[in-house]
Amino acid sequence: MAVTERHVRSHREPPPRGPAAIEFLHVSKRYDSGDVGLADVSFAIHRGEFVFIVGASGSGKSTTMRLLIKETEPTGGSIRVAGRDLAEITRRKVPFYRRNLGVVFQDYKLLPSRNVYDNVAYALQVTGGTRREIRDKVPDILRLTGLSTKLHNFPDQLSGGEAQRVSVARAFVNHPPVLLADEPTGNLDPETSIGIMQLLYRINRTGSTVVVATHDVDMVNRMRRRVIELSAGRLVRDEQVGGYAA
Amino acid sequence: MRLGFFLREALRALRRNAVPSFAAMATVLVTVLILGVFIPVVQATTGAANEVRGRVIADVYLKSGATDEDVQRVQTLLTTRTPHVERVVYLSKEEAYAQERKRNPEAYDLLGANPLPDTFRVTPDDPDNISRIRAALAPVAPGGGRTVVDPAIDDVRNREEDTKKILSVTRVVKLTMALLAVLLVVASVLLIANTIRLSLYARRREVEVMKLVGATDWFIRWPFVIEGVLVGALGGVVAILLLGVVKIAVIDPLADEFALIAAPETMNFPLLIAVLICASVGVSALGSGLSLRRFLRV
Repeated sequence: MAVTERHVRSHREPPPRGPAAIEFLHVSKRYDSGDVGLADVSFAIHRGEFVFIVGASGSGKSTTMRLLIKETEPTGGSIRVAGRDLAEITRRKVPFYRRNLGVVFQDYKLLPSRNVYDNVAYALQVTGGTRREIRDKVPDILRLTGLSTKLHNFPDQLSGGEAQRVSVARAFVNHPPVLLADEPTGNLDPETSIGIMQLLYRINRTGSTVVVATHDVDMVNRMRRRVIELSAGRLVRDEQVGGYAA
Repeated sequence: MRLGFFLREALRALRRNAVPSFAAMATVLVTVLILGVFIPVVQATTGAANEVRGRVIADVYLKSGATDEDVQRVQTLLTTRTPHVERVVYLSKEEAYAQERKRNPEAYDLLGANPLPDTFRVTPDDPDNISRIRAALAPVAPGGGRTVVDPAIDDVRNREEDTKKILSVTRVVKLTMALLAVLLVVASVLLIANTIRLSLYARRREVEVMKLVGATDWFIRWPFVIEGVLVGALGGVVAILLLGVVKIAVIDPLADEFALIAAPETMNFPLLIAVLICASVGVSALGSGLSLRRFLRV
């Protein structure tokens, strides 16, 4: 916690410009079925930015996310993350690449057979974290996400908001430079959604780049952040400070 | 830390996957049991057959009226002019009688006179050459019967028939058991593969999460491999315990009475245990690998 707090203070205002954290260059994705996921999309997201990717269902938000975690390959163009071309990362190296990303999903993707503490510790175990590291980091991140009292609860004993907090905690326990959230508030009521967004915002202020794909109109309008709008796989709007609709 | 983590994951999966795990374990158990019986039996029968083959000798019986001169002549014939002969032992009527009488005194007392002829016991240099010796001493006549090369020889016999019988029996035993063992090994591999597949399916969410947080392929695979190997090893150990009980309770007391069981060529029990453990672990690793290759494209 102490480390995180210090971090927060020193990065109160993220640097506005720098080397691009995420860069899409004429990226296209056409699925085998013939559906178009993305068509010639280009944008750059800088380190420490907080960006919303908005658009209707099927507009390419999820495709963007899946491309970023290298779950699927683009059919055209190139994607760079932290200056590294994703096409150059071999299959074998993908796990190591993913350790630089935190990922949050609409359905939380928690492990039902483990309690809150173990769910978060899992991300560290998987990446070869030592017992000591786990003891140090997990309570910290759980305090940051406000879950200190729920350590021993299992996922089915949590509310939606709490479950999503656990999911965010797991994504952020390694302090990845980039945090991706695909519809993080899709299953939550507006009140709870605000809590999650505030959490993501706090993470953003520690210096991590945060990319949120969402169709939560209220949230985007309230946050007044950079908005990238996709429609039918095309980039139709990229505003530095924007609302859900132009 | 890592090994502990993998082991805990594997045990957790075993608990949740108890029924298919048990089926796979039972198959491995039966397979190892069969192998455990098969290996010593084959070794014992092979050993017994070899021993019989080693004892193969041709008996050359002389006519009852053979003189010392005849005996001398046949002896020379056997030692110098017959191919493939290694050793010739002369057994006179009296010696043969004494030997047989010792074995079965009542019958020979009843018989009164000595019906046995003078005999040469001929040992071939190789058991397979026994028929050549026989052919040399008593060639097959054009009419189908056998003639003899020396008028003093009455008959030449060997124990080929016995050897053949034993060899054909052991061959059948070996073939049946080998076939059974192969079938069971295949069944074990498939059942273990199925167990691991179910385990994979039950934990597909976990695997998905592991991939997302950046687990390497082998980090994901190890718990499944360990799970499979544990199932196999467990089956193997239980089978070996059963074999041990049977050996101590049944085989060891019998071994004193039956030469076949105590055949010296049989491998010792600790070595057999090692072989069986290796087999069960190998079978289960193979099964796990099969499923992981097909269903875990990580």
